[in-house]
Amino acid sequence: LFGRVDGCARGKGGSMHFFDREKNFLGGHGIVGGHVPIAAGVGFAIKYRGGDQVIVCFMGESVVNTGAFHEALNMAALWKLPCVFIIENNRYGMGTALERASAIHDIYERGAAYNMARAQCDGQDVFTVRQSVSEAVERARKEQMPTLLEIRTYRFMGHSMSDAVSGTYRTKAELEEYMKRDPITIQSERMKQNGELTDQQLQQMDTDIKAVVQDSWDFADASPELPIEALWEDVLVDTTT
Amino acid sequence: MPVITYRDALGQAIREEMQRDDRVFLMGEEVGVYNGAYKVSKGFLQEFGEMRVVDTPITELGFAGVGVGAAMVGLRPVIEFMTWNFALLAIDQVVNAAAKMLYMSGGQFKMPIVFRGPNGAALQLAAQHSQAWESWLAHIPGLKVIAPGTPYDAKGLLKSAIRDDNPVCVLEGEMLYNTKGEVPDEEYLIPLGKADLKREGDHCSIITHGKMVLVAMQAADQLAKDGIRVDVVDLRTVRPMDVEAIVASVNKTNRAVVLEEGWEICGVGAQVVDYIQRECFDSLDAPVVRVHQADVPMPYTKSLEKAAKPDVPKTIAAVRKVMYLD
Repeated sequence: LFGRVDGCARGKGGSMHFFDREKNFLGGHGIVGGHVPIAAGVGFAIKYRGGDQVIVCFMGESVVNTGAFHEALNMAALWKLPCVFIIENNRYGMGTALERASAIHDIYERGAAYNMARAQCDGQDVFTVRQSVSEAVERARKEQMPTLLEIRTYRFMGHSMSDAVSGTYRTKAELEEYMKRDPITIQSERMKQNGELTDQQLQQMDTDIKAVVQDSWDFADASPELPIEALWEDVLVDTTT
Repeated sequence: MPVITYRDALGQAIREEMQRDDRVFLMGEEVGVYNGAYKVSKGFLQEFGEMRVVDTPITELGFAGVGVGAAMVGLRPVIEFMTWNFALLAIDQVVNAAAKMLYMSGGQFKMPIVFRGPNGAALQLAAQHSQAWESWLAHIPGLKVIAPGTPYDAKGLLKSAIRDDNPVCVLEGEMLYNTKGEVPDEEYLIPLGKADLKREGDHCSIITHGKMVLVAMQAADQLAKDGIRVDVVDLRTVRPMDVEAIVASVNKTNRAVVLEEGWEICGVGAQVVDYIQRECFDSLDAPVVRVHQADVPMPYTKSLEKAAKPDVPKTIAAVRKVMYLD
């Protein structure tokens, strides 16, 4: 995010391009839909090697209208690749509402075209999400079958720094309605009702998390930008030696 | 030394590398059951099985991306495009994914992938199927681009490409698949980025690559009958380009013709001419002349297609022009 030398991609990736090889975090790709075939390729490699890993690929709902998405889903289903394709459907592709971009609105049904296991779940409820993702992961691991999972959620902020939170393409009333269903609120209310969480504990968690975020910010801010020599580094692997 | 076709030389290269390293696999349209659209992978399916010789749907963007994903986690895909014309559908994966993965991941994810297939015009396949794409690909930092013109170079370069940890685009010549040449039985590799002086002369340099190497050699033969001796510099690798070899030849002959299959504007030849004007300005005895395809979509009509293509007479005329003979 900061473009600094201590970043996970040494400042070379960009705000949409995190990579962490050690944690098997494979990016971070900025072309809408372009990463879906790449995920299928990782699934292919898992099958090629006979491993039991699973590749989980996240995308926004606007991806389902790209050719790359369909080409990848077809191959993942055809070749039985251990992939979990997760659509985070937050209702807006930048400023264009799903209904203005997709001919069908239950977009998990796009998986039907490839006879792929598919499901839709409420993304505001943490247990529902956990259950749905677990089922998909198990299907990939045990049966080597892909799943298309649509998780319905909502974006509380603008698309980017320059995008107003509401006004042009959605109303303030709509935003406020969805904010009542903030997943953190839903979960904390449930835990409070069950006697698993007090207001004081919640406040403490909030304070602790803010401290972690502040520490991360300070760490990143203190990290230097890359030296000028880094301009030429990592364009190609040096194969001269 | 055995004489084999360009097609078989490519096939030998892939087969040997697949035998040597089980991370290498071949993927593309018709590579398996059909034995390859151009029979490069004949018998591969029987030898290696369907996990390593993978027939894909007609879905260039999709399977190029599958290759990129597999390469990210350590496999070494050889992705075959039935022609580079169809690879336009996959250009996002080649340019935005493969070429940038190492850089954008801060050096974490290597991209040991080969994209290969026939490039340029054959005979009367019309405009959409008759295009040479090397200048597009060579424009991109993060890619290597090779264009072998002979069976010997095809095998040695392709083997190096498969062993390279970077994305390499291999531009083969559809009209070259049946051409024959000497290829030794024993293993050899040709380093990427090294040109080859295919013929020595001291009157003029012809700098070329890929299919046009044959045209240059034929032109050189005919020019020799008139006592004109040319250097033929075969770049073999378009990116990274062997500037040293170009400079050495032009500083010797003081004249240059740059021959390529593709279009003129922003072509590979434009880059070659730039290196020449920078490095050989004081030794040039004449302006450099370029030979290339006419600046039109390739016509279907036989006579017009012939008129559009760079060929031996056009190359000879260019050499005579830079020598002030006409």
